[in-house]
Amino acid sequence: MTTATQSPQTSEKVDLWLRMYRQMLAIRLFETQVNELYTRALMPGLAHLYIGEEAVAVGICETLNRNDYITSTHRGHGHCLAKGASPDRMFAELLGKETGYCKGKGGSMHIADPATGNLGANAIVCGSAGIATGAAFSSQRLGTGQVAVCFFGEGALGQGVLYEVMNLAQLFKLPVIYVCENNLYTEYTHYSETTAGDILTRATAFGLEAAAVDGQDVRAVHSIAQKLVARARKGDGPAFLLCNTYRYHGHHVGDINREYYRSKQEEQTWKTERDPILNLRKFLLEQKLADDATLEAWNDELETEMKTAMEFAIAAPYPNIDKVEQDVYA
Amino acid sequence: MPDTADRELTFAQAIREALAEEMRRDATVCIMGEDVAEAGTPFKVLSGLVEEFGKDRVLDTPISEAGFTGLAVGAAMTGLRPVVDIMFGDFITLTMDQMVNQAAKVHYMSGGKWKVPMVMRTTLGATRRSAAQHSQSLHAWFCHVPGLKVVMPSTPFDAKGLLKSAIRDENPVVFFEDKMMYKLKGSVPAEEYTIPLGVADVKRVGEDITLVATSSMVQVALGAAALLAEIGISAEVVDPRTMWPLDEKTLIESVKKTSRAIVLDEGYERYGVTAELASVIAAGAFYNLDAPVKRMGAMHVPIPFSPPLEDVTVPTDQTVFEAARTLCGRA
Repeated sequence: MTTATQSPQTSEKVDLWLRMYRQMLAIRLFETQVNELYTRALMPGLAHLYIGEEAVAVGICETLNRNDYITSTHRGHGHCLAKGASPDRMFAELLGKETGYCKGKGGSMHIADPATGNLGANAIVCGSAGIATGAAFSSQRLGTGQVAVCFFGEGALGQGVLYEVMNLAQLFKLPVIYVCENNLYTEYTHYSETTAGDILTRATAFGLEAAAVDGQDVRAVHSIAQKLVARARKGDGPAFLLCNTYRYHGHHVGDINREYYRSKQEEQTWKTERDPILNLRKFLLEQKLADDATLEAWNDELETEMKTAMEFAIAAPYPNIDKVEQDVYA
Repeated sequence: MPDTADRELTFAQAIREALAEEMRRDATVCIMGEDVAEAGTPFKVLSGLVEEFGKDRVLDTPISEAGFTGLAVGAAMTGLRPVVDIMFGDFITLTMDQMVNQAAKVHYMSGGKWKVPMVMRTTLGATRRSAAQHSQSLHAWFCHVPGLKVVMPSTPFDAKGLLKSAIRDENPVVFFEDKMMYKLKGSVPAEEYTIPLGVADVKRVGEDITLVATSSMVQVALGAAALLAEIGISAEVVDPRTMWPLDEKTLIESVKKTSRAIVLDEGYERYGVTAELASVIAAGAFYNLDAPVKRMGAMHVPIPFSPPLEDVTVPTDQTVFEAARTLCGRA
């Protein structure tokens, strides 16, 4: 896809952008199928879609090694996929099937996978801040060089434990990055109604390296994340990254009528003007780094992959009920 | 047996020795909590450990129970074996999300892929004139949660052997120490030993009534048993030692033999440990019981400060003696 005249470094960058484009698209198409599953009443429970926020997970996870750690949230499908999870086992978990990542015991909000360093998605807002910090603590004490990334939404800014662990992380100089995805809405309430003062200074008050980035620009997210991760990895301590982003869907798939908390026009503006995938696509085409046909082909390819993965999950067996008491204790 | 078999240690020394031995044995074991290093905790249970193991393994933390407990959960998932120190059992309230929603559930929610081999050491027990926020016995809260194990030693010997097992366990274990018991002395062999979790211990053999007692209440039960012996009632004292896993068999067998039982625990009676143990006995020894199982625990009040008020809130040798005598029809 790259031309012969480009320098190797540039070619490396182009490969990265294309890889990130494909990964963002994969997440979006996965989530589209999740919505489909819900609409078709095939999914038990609910799901919290990540559509619109793909650049954050992808830009950050692209800077991580496979054995680096992440913790995720109730809106976690994007993080898990970006860290390397397979769509088929993800879908299976969402449907409560035996072949799911957690044998069906976790579901949408609890996908965990040691093979990709995923310590688990967490359904308590800010619930994994301690876990991520502890993983960074292990990495430091055992000298493994791993970095831990703690993803959370801006709603977690209201939880005291976040400030406790940021204090601990800075005292111990731990290799952990706290990634705040500000998608503007704490469930059904605009964050400005729940968040006093300034966000970044909450982190700088503890001495953390702190930065804000346009969370719709995957290249920008990747670039700043790379610096913060490298810094953490070489022992310079924790960081806080505020990613300004937007949740296209409701708080969960059932949150359809949203006009009492935000306008359709606002949603439309983000979708048309600030979409991370459309904007990267536009950039790639303008710069002639990709051609329309290839990107379209990827779209079809991934769509098929997601459908196949979903069908695998639908056909997969439920766990036998004799498994209900298994795994309570190790 | 060598002479050291007769060695006596205090409860606090036994705890410290268990930690030191496990830290020497396994470099991934570390201690974290408030004033655990040079201060060795307000109860001086950990004195000397930082000198041997350094501040990298005996870590003073800020006063952030939720924060450092959460950190311990993550550390346990990723290769360490943290032993968290929660100074007063009353402060477990601050750690509840980390213990109940995180530590207890990680293994199950991940389909058995992640595990959390950590220990939380904390205290229980009233009558130290510490008032309502430093005197509670809240162990029942953790007993209620699948995924957690709960250990309640009553002697220096048990404390050492059980703590070593707790540290080696692959699950989150909450270890309750009666703060009034730290100076209690008892025989602790110098040789290496562990006590498996889930095995009760008959602390005194008897025929007429079973006193099932936990932690601080074991000494009370033994005191009551001595008083009962004076009037010709032979009491058996059974200490479950761990609330979960629970050795139901030993409890039931004892009551089948004696046909009467009192269950003693310093937590609140209502919806508490005594209710659970009484239910186990009632179901398991129903046809052998000559009287309903009696429960004795803390009164259903916040622990008061004033000494005469505080003293009536928990069972004593005398109140247990009287209850047992009545239950045996000798009132």
